[in-house]
Amino acid sequence: MLVYLNRNTGSTAPERWKAKVTQRETITVTVQRGSAATGQQAQEFQVPAYESQTVLDVVSWIQQNTDPTLTYRFACRVGMCGSCAMMVNGVPRWTCRTHVKKVLKDQRIDIAPLRNLPVLKDLAVDMDPFFDKWVAAEGRHHPTAGREEPIPAINPEAQNRQVASAGIECINCSICYAACDTVANDPDYLGPAALQRAWTLYNDAKDADRSAILDAVSGKGGCHSCHSMGSCTTYCPNGLDPLSAIAGLKRATTRRFFGGGA
Amino acid sequence: MTAFHLYMAQRLSALVMAPFVLVHLGVMIYAIQGGLTAAEILGRTQGSLFWFLFYGMFVIAVALHAALGLRVILAEWAGLRGGVLNGVSTAIGLGLLGLGAHAVWAVTAGGGA
Ligand code: SF4
Ligand code: SF4
Ligand code: FES
Repeated sequence: MLVYLNRNTGSTAPERWKAKVTQRETITVTVQRGSAATGQQAQEFQVPAYESQTVLDVVSWIQQNTDPTLTYRFACRVGMCGSCAMMVNGVPRWTCRTHVKKVLKDQRIDIAPLRNLPVLKDLAVDMDPFFDKWVAAEGRHHPTAGREEPIPAINPEAQNRQVASAGIECINCSICYAACDTVANDPDYLGPAALQRAWTLYNDAKDADRSAILDAVSGKGGCHSCHSMGSCTTYCPNGLDPLSAIAGLKRATTRRFFGGGA
Repeated sequence: MTAFHLYMAQRLSALVMAPFVLVHLGVMIYAIQGGLTAAEILGRTQGSLFWFLFYGMFVIAVALHAALGLRVILAEWAGLRGGVLNGVSTAIGLGLLGLGAHAVWAVTAGGGA
């Protein structure tokens, strides 16, 4: 019966299914390939379009179906780990939470490694300079008490705590760092994420060395290099505001200069 | 001199310049009512300690402010670093100071008083 039906329609069920697949719309994806040693070149891929699809899905589809050597990074796929950031159509984005529909232009997407960081291979960049600058900005805890002492209570309503809390949801994705033109033009500049980290610690009641923080952000490439144009705040996928954090550091260092204390 | 001190010098020189700019523009607008000649200007400024100090400080603030601003542009846009950067921006500052001081001296020295 089935054979008869197929003869009549001239198509078997799997063929009909195949036809559907080939009829599926595709998107043209350009991916920057290569390492620092080889230099990067754009390579074009055709990727099937789905109703609900993220840019990370597109990159994974290429790696799983067309070219297993494509190198890129991701982990959580839900916007928590900060490892999947790439340049999408020239703009830094967290690819796991960027819907293709939002960025598609003429059925095309251009994907490149994150700006302002050395390329390791394809879409994976070396994050070391980004994290080294967190350390250089004194982005580490200076304890007020030892482990034997009782933990002091923190009032979540306190003004300082609210300022600190505004910046602590940073996922270290480096999107702000990629968006910042000052980082692009000044290799010493600590960048928005590291400076925002310094600002949250400066406002943390449990941090014991506010002076060290202000010293660290006052040197070459410190907070005073920021031009306050706000690309960091515009592109931060978590809605954080490094621009205002850096303005806070500028105010704090100025206050200290006029004898206002750290 | 840390980056922070240069930043403060630029902000403070801007602070100093702001009232100078306003007075400079205000006096110009006031003074040209009913025409003005070079002789009239010099008549008012030559030998005036007030205008000497006013424009003297103005010129110092401008030289500092402009040189520090250009220093950042030279670093970020022209990629100058270290000694070259400091040398070029110091030269710009001294050049502006020289030109400005020359002008201030020309209009305030000598004459009456
Ligand atoms: S506001 Fe400052 S940190 Fe943010 S992008 Fe601009 S220069 Fe960079
Ligand atoms: S501040 Fe925002 S953009 Fe910058 S690293 Fe943190 S989460 Fe990413
Ligand atoms: S994969 Fe973790 S934030 Fe995108």
